[in-house]
Amino acid sequence: MELLNALVALTNYVIIPATSYGAQLALGALGVTLIYAVLRFSNFAHGDTMAFGTGVVILVTWGLQALGVSLGPLPVALLALPVGIAATALLLLGTDRVVYRYYRGIRAAPVVLVMVSVGVMFIMNALTRFLIGVDQIDFADGERFIISARTWNQMTGMREPLTLRTTQAITVVTAALVVVALFWFLNRTRTGKSMRAFSDNEDLALLSGIDPDRVVRVTWIITAALATVAGTLYGLDKSFKAFTYFQIVLPIFASAIVGGIGNPVGAIAGGFIISFSEVGLTYAWKKVAGYLIPGWQPDGLLQLLSTDYKFAVSFVILLLVLIFRPTGIFRGKVV
Amino acid sequence: MSTSRQPGETSPLRAPLFFAILAALILLEWLTTGWNSALGILNMGLISAIMALGINLQWGTAGLFNAGAMGFLALGGLAPVLIAMPPTPGAFAAGGWGILLAFALAAAALVGAILAWRRLSRFRGLAVVVILLLGFALYRLAFDPAVAAIEAINPSAAGNLGGLGLPTLVSWPVGALLAAGAAWVVGKTALGLRSDYLAIATLGIAEIIVAVLKNEQWLDRGVLNVNGIPRPWPVPYEIDLQSAPAFVARAESWGLDPTLASTLLVKLAFLALFLVVILLLIWASELALKSPWGRMMHAIRDNEISAAAMGKNVTRRHLQVFVLGSAVIGLAGAMMISLDGQMTPASYNPLRYTFLILVMVVVGGSGSNWGSVLGGVLIWYLWVKAGDWGPDLMQAAMAPLPEGDFKSHMINSAAHMRMLLMGALLLLVLRFSPRGLLPEK
Repeated sequence: MELLNALVALTNYVIIPATSYGAQLALGALGVTLIYAVLRFSNFAHGDTMAFGTGVVILVTWGLQALGVSLGPLPVALLALPVGIAATALLLLGTDRVVYRYYRGIRAAPVVLVMVSVGVMFIMNALTRFLIGVDQIDFADGERFIISARTWNQMTGMREPLTLRTTQAITVVTAALVVVALFWFLNRTRTGKSMRAFSDNEDLALLSGIDPDRVVRVTWIITAALATVAGTLYGLDKSFKAFTYFQIVLPIFASAIVGGIGNPVGAIAGGFIISFSEVGLTYAWKKVAGYLIPGWQPDGLLQLLSTDYKFAVSFVILLLVLIFRPTGIFRGKVV
Repeated sequence: MSTSRQPGETSPLRAPLFFAILAALILLEWLTTGWNSALGILNMGLISAIMALGINLQWGTAGLFNAGAMGFLALGGLAPVLIAMPPTPGAFAAGGWGILLAFALAAAALVGAILAWRRLSRFRGLAVVVILLLGFALYRLAFDPAVAAIEAINPSAAGNLGGLGLPTLVSWPVGALLAAGAAWVVGKTALGLRSDYLAIATLGIAEIIVAVLKNEQWLDRGVLNVNGIPRPWPVPYEIDLQSAPAFVARAESWGLDPTLASTLLVKLAFLALFLVVILLLIWASELALKSPWGRMMHAIRDNEISAAAMGKNVTRRHLQVFVLGSAVIGLAGAMMISLDGQMTPASYNPLRYTFLILVMVVVGGSGSNWGSVLGGVLIWYLWVKAGDWGPDLMQAAMAPLPEGDFKSHMINSAAHMRMLLMGALLLLVLRFSPRGLLPEK
């Protein structure tokens, strides 16, 4: 029984939150890694792209709510997603046309493109703030819990509560669907294959008649979809605040690099590695330890790191990977 | 780093002209808003210029992208707190040794882990993990009670270790050293790999340094802020001036109110001090760049492969220039805290202290020291003024519209115009004039 309680506490406080956070990071890291694989630079504006997409989704959600639309137990934001994706795709395609295309033409060094993406970051930052402001916004509606602490208690009669929020389940399911669709697209369709070819060897791809502009366009559209979905899921799960989305680029970059930048499988694995380490190291293990070792109540919280240092976890993992395996776990691109 | 490196023909009048425009803008500010605001912008602009000089050393001279200026700046800002503040009575006796012991244990565990990794052949992964876990447990055992003891001392006013009570000027080079130390650790791991790994690693260290400053109360009182940091040596205090009969008589003989004259003198004294530092930095860096070392750095920047083929150790030179540049940023951080007289860790914002500095360097002219100074003051002026102009402009644009949610929303979000302005400036300069306002010679 004590063992079961420990397991439930672990699931409730570590496994469920880390899984949904990991899915959000994985989607974000997929966006970063795709841009990296095809356009060959680290996109510092990715966090703000996520924020912009989420901002549009929130506006549309409010509109739908005002019209009285409801999805029953699911949040209305899911209905607003396509609009958000379309708006973000237009923004990214416009940015590419006005800004990035020129640097591709002159074959600028990657680090110049990183600097350019900082300029884009400033502009998207301003756009998002114009659009939706800087305040914290909670836009999740519908049923709050799939399993609330109370129903769990009635179901099992256990002392230790277990809750599963709707947003957490939606995050994992949506992320799984998106990932399956992405891999199907990359591995089975002609356009997806041409993207991979372009990423592997640009010159050979051009020789075999692949249209580079088309590859770039498709990449931006997919990135827009990934960023908007990731941002919306994160916002539903935690709440939207423009500045948090700016800060989340750090764990996202760490996920992409840990898995091997430019490698989609690596991005997903990296997302979960970062999220489980972050949650595991900042969780107070007192309760679990109390169940596992009967008769022992530890004095401290048994928390390895305070939650204020969660960025330190991504950073240390990043440094370890850079020291021991700079290409990442799944051998990403080395340029 | 510009994309075209040919030294184009630029008029020798270019630099004086731009600095004259800058002076005119500051003068305009003086006439329209008053000298207090004008000197305030100028002082903070000069500190930004020093940060820009540091970033320029990294980006302009070596093409290294530092996305963590905020962290090195904040770390430099810790120096005045640790050096210039008076020590908290009893704090060191209560927990100082405990904290030193904890750090010694942590260092020992790290060294032990590294030795185990190098020496052992079997089970070395396991050994490293065990050593690190054990070290961490011991560290916490020594650290936690020491911190609790320090934070219990007079928590409303102190609760931290306090400083050494040395002159504030001493803290400036110390700030540079602190930042250089952090830069060495980051550079050692991230340099020599892909160029944008450094950007991501510095982004991370900046967040962590600011998180440490916000949360470690025993060190700098965290979000409770440290106030009353002593001013650097020649800068007087207003109160002292106002109570000095000689100063009051002098001010009155010029027809100035003594209160006004004293604040003016304080700002001018800071200004003079900052100018001396900037001139010294520019002199040193021009000297360095004209030396064989500087020519080697340019050779590396322009073509890493051929420089490596000539036997230059590119990674080591990059590390060197990265550490130097970060030290300059740390110096600026210590100077900024001495100017403000207080340490407020919650005020460090990456857009303002990391990315705005990049805009300053690029707009001023990558690789050009005078360009960085110009960009630093000019961009800081625009950043401050865009915060004022944005709402006014929006008010005017929205005037014909009826009152309502949309109008108030637009007017409220006008403050974000400065982001738009900075992004547009950065993109326009990168695209159409990649060598900046004052191109490198």
